[in-house]
Amino acid sequence: MSVIPEDLLFTKDHEWIRPDDSQIKGTCGITDHAQEMLTDIVFVELPERGDQVEKGAQIAVVESVKAVSDVYAPVSGVIVEVNARLEDNPDLINSDPYGDGWLFVIEIKNPGELDDLMNGKAYEEHVESGD
Amino acid sequence: MDYISNTPGDIEEMLKVIGVKSIDDLFADIPASVGLNKKTALPAPLTEIEAGDLLTEIAGRNCVLKSFIGAGVYSHYIPAVVDHLASRSEFYTAYTPYQPEVSQGTLTAIFEFQTLICRLTGMDITNASMYDGATSLAEAVFMAVRSGNRNAVIVSDTVHPHYRQVLDTYSRAGGIEVRTLKSKNGAVTAGDIDMLMDDAVSAVVVQNPNFFGCCEDLVEIADAAHSGKAYLITVVTEPMSLGILKSPGEQGADIVCGEGQSFGNPAGFGGPLLGILAAKDSFLRKMPGRLVGKTTDADGTEAYVLTLQTREQHIRRDRATSNICTNQGLCALRSVIYMTLLGNTLRELADLNHRLASYLKRRLVEMGFTPVFERPFFNEFVLSFDDVERVRSALRNDCYQFGVPLGRYYPEHENSLLLCATEMNSPADIDRLVSVIEQTL
Repeated sequence: MSVIPEDLLFTKDHEWIRPDDSQIKGTCGITDHAQEMLTDIVFVELPERGDQVEKGAQIAVVESVKAVSDVYAPVSGVIVEVNARLEDNPDLINSDPYGDGWLFVIEIKNPGELDDLMNGKAYEEHVESGD
Repeated sequence: MDYISNTPGDIEEMLKVIGVKSIDDLFADIPASVGLNKKTALPAPLTEIEAGDLLTEIAGRNCVLKSFIGAGVYSHYIPAVVDHLASRSEFYTAYTPYQPEVSQGTLTAIFEFQTLICRLTGMDITNASMYDGATSLAEAVFMAVRSGNRNAVIVSDTVHPHYRQVLDTYSRAGGIEVRTLKSKNGAVTAGDIDMLMDDAVSAVVVQNPNFFGCCEDLVEIADAAHSGKAYLITVVTEPMSLGILKSPGEQGADIVCGEGQSFGNPAGFGGPLLGILAAKDSFLRKMPGRLVGKTTDADGTEAYVLTLQTREQHIRRDRATSNICTNQGLCALRSVIYMTLLGNTLRELADLNHRLASYLKRRLVEMGFTPVFERPFFNEFVLSFDDVERVRSALRNDCYQFGVPLGRYYPEHENSLLLCATEMNSPADIDRLVSVIEQTL
């Protein structure tokens, strides 16, 4: 069983977002379940700082020995930070998907969009449903 | 499974299973009015001996042409070793090997191919080959556009016209804007590149030696491309030239694409061809097609596998890097056998090509042909002559393929011929050609 922290919000495509208290910015990554399914991650293509994205738009690419997967923006906004450590250490996503393996920080355009995301419990059910 | 046709018994059984009376019933949906309804006008069957005689007689009507043309496909000598090794049953497949456990020989050969092409082009990575030089150019442009996130390319009009047609087709579908760079005196100038350059341009494409046979000043062109933050894509249609010319990589190219037919593959009637695509390291994950990598197996033994496949069609579907999902395995194999056999002799052979082409040019100029461009060349050059078509067709009757009329592709160069000499055109051949022309004039 993969780890699902309670303080995060999730998409059905297995991304997570950790909004700050004021919901101005959120740190994003892929879930423990996603990294388990992908197996050893060998390369990450990150967005650029300043990129403007719409919710659900393809924003990053995670490549494992098995597959290349698109990562979608959990909410609309502007990319304000990317995890440059992943360039040389993409395996951080495998070892610490909710910590050092974060992908980018997004400035949240419309906090209302956060309401559409799943909490840990709902995401756990989503994973168990095998989708 | 054998290849013996069905017996009447087999046919009857199959018809019974699917519930129809006769084979004709299977075609009942085709209206009788569109059927042929009579016997085809084929001659009676022949015995094997008779068929052999007939075909020999037909083949005897061919005239084996002495070629003085290149223009993208070159006639070079193919040592017997190439045919011998390439037709060994362990190697004899056109397909890319997916199963490393049974394909170490082919995979090793492709790995060596990649290594040798990298060395010749001065690039870091090469894929396992593309279909031909033209599609390789289109893929090179797509790769540059993907990497640079800009959707225009500047393409010199000295790039092979067929390659540019293929690129136009791909670009139209891919939303890429192609800006044509007009050459001057047979080559590209950096100043003209600057005129077409802006923020939308992701690559400058030139050919070297170019379609006119002239050598381009790649260093200057690379500077112009790079100062516009664009990549330089260099097309090579005659890889034999890499035996004496500085590699495109040494002169600043970021991507090298083109044709590998010259190495161990016959000119045929224009195929099969062998696309080459090589690039700097930074393009590794943008490169289409197959790449063979070296690794170790479970026992720690050296082994070769297809690598970086995760971006290909069978895994990534519509988001794949390209729709190519094979390579020219057999042609690439022939080329690696050829390159390995030649080794450093490639330099001498390239030098011989240049000297024979120079001799041909000198002899023709002495008899009144005019050089169209005054630039360094490798084994091709352009000459003009007032009565060029008459000379050409007269020579055709004597079984000479005397040059490609340039006016077909460049209306401003009517009366000009693109001529080529390789090691297949000895000085004696050239002297004979010259005396035949003298009789024609």
